[in-house]
Amino acid sequence: MLAHEAPKISVRSLNFYYGKVRALSEISIDMRAREITALIGPSGCGKSTFLRCLNRMNDTIPGTQIEGEVLIDGIDIYRSDLDPVDLRQRVGMVFQKPNPFPQSVFDNVAFGPRILGLASSRPELEEIVERSLRRAALWDEVADQVSKDAFELSLGEQQRLCIARVLAVKPEIILMDEPTSALDPIATLEIEDLMSQLKEDYTIVIVTHNMQQAARVSDRTGLFWLGELVEFDETRTIFTRPAQDRTEAYVTGRVG
Amino acid sequence: MPGGLRTIYDREFKQIVDNILKLGDMVDQAIANALKSLQERDQVLAQDVIENDEGINRLRFEVEEACLTLIATQQPTAGDLRAVIASMNIVVDMERMGDHAAGIAKTVIRMGDEPLLKPLIDIPRMAQLSRSMLRESLDAFIERDEQKARNIAGRDEEVDHLYRAIFDELVEIMAVKPDSVERATYLLWCAHNLERIGDRVTNIAERVIFMTTGDMQELNV
Repeated sequence: MLAHEAPKISVRSLNFYYGKVRALSEISIDMRAREITALIGPSGCGKSTFLRCLNRMNDTIPGTQIEGEVLIDGIDIYRSDLDPVDLRQRVGMVFQKPNPFPQSVFDNVAFGPRILGLASSRPELEEIVERSLRRAALWDEVADQVSKDAFELSLGEQQRLCIARVLAVKPEIILMDEPTSALDPIATLEIEDLMSQLKEDYTIVIVTHNMQQAARVSDRTGLFWLGELVEFDETRTIFTRPAQDRTEAYVTGRVG
Repeated sequence: MPGGLRTIYDREFKQIVDNILKLGDMVDQAIANALKSLQERDQVLAQDVIENDEGINRLRFEVEEACLTLIATQQPTAGDLRAVIASMNIVVDMERMGDHAAGIAKTVIRMGDEPLLKPLIDIPRMAQLSRSMLRESLDAFIERDEQKARNIAGRDEEVDHLYRAIFDELVEIMAVKPDSVERATYLLWCAHNLERIGDRVTNIAERVIFMTTGDMQELNV
């Protein structure tokens, strides 16, 4: 990104509460287009809560409250006239466990385009499904069996199917919440490899417990701790010469 | 080995390899120019060699930094890890070779306009030999060729042999002609720098063997 290019996602003084408990304090962070931003930190540090603030997934949790701004392309996504459903099309999400629908591979990927009316004909829908599966590096494995039940795929394939499902609705941003924690090392590397291909076109934010994964795959890394963003910098800096003692302690495993 | 699912590692390691080759070219050029400045008594060229050494030093640190980042972010293991560690060692040796080339250039400047004590015969041979050893050691590195690396050790013995011959000859001259001591010492220094360059190439060969086999052993003991 050029120095003058505006950030894709810009968060300003974000506070988030579950009832009276403040889960996020004064988070300000800029995330760049077509980069992978990784958020790391111990369990309960607020990183997943933060991720869900980026597509208003927390709206559905009763008793929560948010303060501050989350701007995508300069527009506050919490503006009252903004439709969260439109937002979630632009900002897709991949979860910890693969969660395909109990349908065929084809129908899983076609689900979003059908609901949103993105295809006007069957061939057009087939084209979207194929393109999405190709982009998710799954096409070669399922090309001749798209009518197969999604649950017959391996876990790694299911997760790539979930990524294809997100891609099918043409998002700009993909949020990933521990996308490989249920996968074996090879399936994990396959997802990581896919992420580095996807970042050519998408802005990716990943939450991960696995800080080696953050190191391997991301351009920038942020460390969350007790609801605060301790440090946010280029990944190479975070893992070779972090500025904060808490970051040094966390990445070297000398916490506590 | 490239391939599989380590796209980022492969890409970044390739960048490191490219920079090592670039560093190799810079060092090779430094040795060639240092020798040329000695043969032609060209102090301007000698000064160039000294100033260009700064660029060699910078690139060495750049490669070391890239290796550090690669280890921290991509967590290489086994052969990949050995390749990164070998790269870090190799650039240190190359940087020192650059210093030795600059050492020759500094001697040329010190010599000023004083005529050479004797015609240059073995010193250019040493330079030729060490430059070709350097290129071969980098080929061995790129091709991960253990045997090619082992062959370097034999070539270094030739360099050492030439150095001993030069040393004996110059000491003999100094013994008979005490007023030649200063001029003889200049040549001795040049030869000494070349002998050290040969040793550094041998270190590179040792690192290539470590990278390909995992064995740490000294060649030419």
